Amino acid sequence: MAPSKMPSTVDLPIEAPPANALAINGGEAVAYALKQIDPEVVAAYPITPQTLIIEKFAEYFANGEVRTEFVTVESEHAALSVCVGAAAAGGRAVTATAGPGLALMFEMLGVASGMRLPIVMHLCTRALSSPINILGDHSDAMAMRETGWVMLAGSSPQEAYDQALIAQVIAEHPDVLLPTANLIDGFSVTHAVERVNVLDDSTVREFVGEYEPGLSLLSADQAVTFGAMDARDSYFEHKRQQVAALERAVHVTAEALDRFAQVSGRRYRLLETYRLEDAAIAIVVMGSLEGQVRAAVDTARERGLRVGALRIRLFRPFPTRLVANALRGTPVIGVLDRAIGFGSPGNPLYSDIAVTMFREPDKPMLKSFVYGLGGRVTTQRVLEQAIQELADTLHVGRITDGQTYLGLHEGTAK
Amino acid sequence: MTSRIAEWKRISAGGLVSNPGSSERVQTGAWRTRRPVIDFSQCTHCMICWVMCPDTSMQVYKDRLTGVDLAHCKGCGICASECPKHCIQMVPEDRRV
Repeated sequence: MAPSKMPSTVDLPIEAPPANALAINGGEAVAYALKQIDPEVVAAYPITPQTLIIEKFAEYFANGEVRTEFVTVESEHAALSVCVGAAAAGGRAVTATAGPGLALMFEMLGVASGMRLPIVMHLCTRALSSPINILGDHSDAMAMRETGWVMLAGSSPQEAYDQALIAQVIAEHPDVLLPTANLIDGFSVTHAVERVNVLDDSTVREFVGEYEPGLSLLSADQAVTFGAMDARDSYFEHKRQQVAALERAVHVTAEALDRFAQVSGRRYRLLETYRLEDAAIAIVVMGSLEGQVRAAVDTARERGLRVGALRIRLFRPFPTRLVANALRGTPVIGVLDRAIGFGSPGNPLYSDIAVTMFREPDKPMLKSFVYGLGGRVTTQRVLEQAIQELADTLHVGRITDGQTYLGLHEGTAK
Repeated sequence: MTSRIAEWKRISAGGLVSNPGSSERVQTGAWRTRRPVIDFSQCTHCMICWVMCPDTSMQVYKDRLTGVDLAHCKGCGICASECPKHCIQMVPEDRRV
């Protein structure tokens, strides 16, 4: 259209966005949530792509908009150690990191969960070195999946904000008391500017509530010791307790999502299903690729293929029974992993789905796909190729060979 | 224990210890392979061993060193190393004194 024919912007019938709609990226959305939560302690070391959160939070801190003790530590190991100390002292403690930063925190991940400290971590998922890569994939998140943390995976800046609030509620629930990670896809969510509807400060305060710690290092009338030696006597029993607490976290998370829907009008579920009811082919995914998967599902449906999608929001504890219910009766399932389980019989998410469906009387045909490592762009074309492979599998009635690495540069033989 | 509730359900979450001083009940002396033996004919009761002992196992009564708490002494040998009079000897547990 020629510019002269365009109506002036004043005449455009644009519905005014609500006053609480901000155009911010995923990192800023988390920082905004942190400003509203106003935790006692935030300890973090800057690392791409988490930097957006910490820079913005530092700004709020410098402007006196939070009462937080903001600890600029010398490493990620120290960042999580500070959170452990702060949480043991009864404070609400939050950190944020990514990829190699998470790797440096590794020792403290188990300390935090083993001591049952409700720390919240915002993990901006990033590839692990080497080769050096600052971009997004799930290698870091998959490395922490068995350290006893609750793990929620979002798919947009809006969800990054919402889950920052929800994570706080899950972690601090007396039936759980476990550290909780809010997974935010590096760059595709952390750096994506979108409309984010934020809640009023008072609504946030009411939703997350005042943190009431149990016995802490600062309990005046009851001296306590955290992290004491626990050898053959009861270490095993304490691990068994963690299993029970994680099991309870499934129900607690569902409750937190219900309550969040009431205060925000945004309805989230432990698993998000899309056109799955009558599907012959299901695609399982976690994180921000979900939107593209839904688009690929729509395209395939137009071609007459009965395809649906399942997105895992609560990754740990894995809601096994709900996943089995959602996938039951679907003959072909393709699982998209954004990480490799090096040397494992299956990639991480694929393995979870395989174990889940192994218990079913009618076992589906499962296919594993790896995508998007080190920030590799996943195009609609490769997603459509994956769906075609799954359709072929359905057609021939057995698992077909084919491309497992979506978007890998295959090159041409000379 | 005769309780019918599983032990893992009864013990404190995360290994929280809410009864101070309970470490005294852990008999770390069982780890020891060498025990400190004090030659009281040489000891000046300077208390350097008492200061240095990481397990507070040097026993003192009325400003005088009286012996070693063998229920908690791990046998690290710091007392013997620090004694200015060299009058503490580390003797292997399998040797009679």
